[in-house]
Amino acid sequence: MASLSRLEKLKILADAAKYDASCSSSGSTTRDSRGGKGVGSSEGMGICHAYTPDGRCISLLKILMANYCMFDCRFCVNRISSNVQRARFMPEDLARLTIDFYKRNYIEGLFLSSGIIKSPDYTMEQLIEVARILRVREDFRGYIHLKTIPDADPLLLAEAGRLADRVSINVELPTRSGLAKFAPEKDETRIRDAMASTRDQIIGWKQERKRIKSAPRFAPAGQSTQMILGADGASDSDVLRSSTDLYGSYRLKRVYYSAFSPIPDASKDLPLQRPPLMREHRVYQADWLWRFYGFGLQDLDTAMEGGMLPLDIDPKLSWALQRRDLFPIDVNSAAKEQLLRVPGLGTKSVGSILSARRHGRLRLADIGKLCRNISKIRPFIVTQDWRPTAILDREGLRGILAPKPKQLELAF
Amino acid sequence: MRVVRLEHETDFDGWRGQARSLLVDGIPPQDVAWQVGTAQADLFGALERPLDPREPSRRLRVPKQFLSDAKLAICNRDRGRFDLLYRLLWRIQQKPELLANSVDDDVYQFEKLIKSVRRDRHKMRAFVRFRAVKGETDTYVAWFEPEHRIVEENAAFFVRRFANMRWSILTPECSAHWNRETLAFGPGAKRADAPDSDALEEMWRGYYAAIFNPARLKVKAMTSEMPKKYWKNLPEAELIKPLMASAHRVETGMIDAEATPAKRRANYEFAANPPEV
Repeated sequence: MASLSRLEKLKILADAAKYDASCSSSGSTTRDSRGGKGVGSSEGMGICHAYTPDGRCISLLKILMANYCMFDCRFCVNRISSNVQRARFMPEDLARLTIDFYKRNYIEGLFLSSGIIKSPDYTMEQLIEVARILRVREDFRGYIHLKTIPDADPLLLAEAGRLADRVSINVELPTRSGLAKFAPEKDETRIRDAMASTRDQIIGWKQERKRIKSAPRFAPAGQSTQMILGADGASDSDVLRSSTDLYGSYRLKRVYYSAFSPIPDASKDLPLQRPPLMREHRVYQADWLWRFYGFGLQDLDTAMEGGMLPLDIDPKLSWALQRRDLFPIDVNSAAKEQLLRVPGLGTKSVGSILSARRHGRLRLADIGKLCRNISKIRPFIVTQDWRPTAILDREGLRGILAPKPKQLELAF
Repeated sequence: MRVVRLEHETDFDGWRGQARSLLVDGIPPQDVAWQVGTAQADLFGALERPLDPREPSRRLRVPKQFLSDAKLAICNRDRGRFDLLYRLLWRIQQKPELLANSVDDDVYQFEKLIKSVRRDRHKMRAFVRFRAVKGETDTYVAWFEPEHRIVEENAAFFVRRFANMRWSILTPECSAHWNRETLAFGPGAKRADAPDSDALEEMWRGYYAAIFNPARLKVKAMTSEMPKKYWKNLPEAELIKPLMASAHRVETGMIDAEATPAKRRANYEFAANPPEV
């Protein structure tokens, strides 16, 4: 086999990495390159340096070290039984590429993962070597996200946490049975053990830091995971039960959801169709409601029909239509928790309402200044000069508030 | 009518000093005309006299946040920004909590100006593309066209991030230069003053094309975050149209492809002993 050029390898190994949705570079420690010898900074909010026509951002150089893999996860482009072209970068190549890209302001840093080559420990050591070259030798102060390899030695996972801003391990599928069926070499218990170990080390670092400011940091941007939607038969209810459990048990910063998408040389064990992008979007919205809007699992169930979130309207509106007994809500007197439940009002708008209403009674036009679309909110609120006269019947209201099917098409 | 002159479009210190003097003199906002540079006096033809700096006899009240926000708002190209800022300052004296009221018309306008500058500042941090200068070590130049006058305000970010490189960011109205020690600003430049290519851009475009998932085409999501006005200075943007055009064909190709028999044994040996090159 003729050896591949650097560009050819890059294309193969980026193509192999794109099914991991995470590209966040936010929430790490604040630092910059002054006083050092390399490049890089991190200032809280990450930056998206480009967007591809799939609407996803490029913040990090998201790439695999190798797309050879000993595992046979059916949903994965790199599974052993796939005949895609294989390639491998050596640690030096990846460090060089990261710095070359960073210096031209293409990226915030590196998100590195790999297929399992030789053994889990060997693979993890190679990933760590890339991070070590960047951090120690090159004094790189940008963002590093390392994927940890299932079954790698805990000491290696700890080393990864010391070098990286974020570490992650994917649960892959929302249910244990789905994982057993489609990722036979992976084991949910072992994945959860790895998450628990990372959680404990992050907590340990945070406590240590209170005593000694210079305590060696450990994945300051936390850990995350990903699950695939639409590869197995799990419902939205299964998915959200699983993700809320993961958030709670392992203090995850993020659970990413990735609509199962056709891949080159796909396995015929899985449904090959257009990825369920709207479903993915609704699940993210529900995830947000749970994390930032005080919605419990029961509330999310209320928003569902037969375990699935409706696709035509967002989950908050769906919930509100089921709980019309709680509306309308008076924006001039309601508590923050109530305002967060109003369809169309985001956390920022709620904050602005709470502070603006100390200056005078709010009118409908005032609320219009604080939100995107007052006509969607109007049926649910009372203002100084507005009260919805008769709550419309359920179906009628849904018809008015749901976007027209044509608009739904445009969103794709 | 008092005509007050500022030295340049982002003369925050000038605005602050003059505004303080106006406030001490009790001049209401409607009696002040702000002008920049040596432009003609306005229609009122008011006598121009520089205001002497006044030390306030009483403590002037300004929330800390207002000053940093005003500094940002001044970068906006909006022509009425100096008026608006003085009007806010004037009103804050009577109503110290004014800025918390986002539905007040002046506050609403102020927040809009700041938001637009913040977004522009963020997009500049995102979309500046450095090109290596041939024959010089670790020296880079970028050409960028910001919407607002943010180059000076934003240069410190690039210093923090690229402290150990030499770089210049050229824009039509202002340029910023860093030589690893000092940040300097100069006049505007032309696109032709920056290098027209960089060898790494082929790699970058290769990455951009490979990380795109043709089965997830969502063009509106892309253009809302990366509006077309930025495309002309992004080396990867030339791929957008061809990638969109071929997306459907690539996607259906993946769906319709016949399953290939797995060469599992060979793949396992590769994975157990991957090549080193």
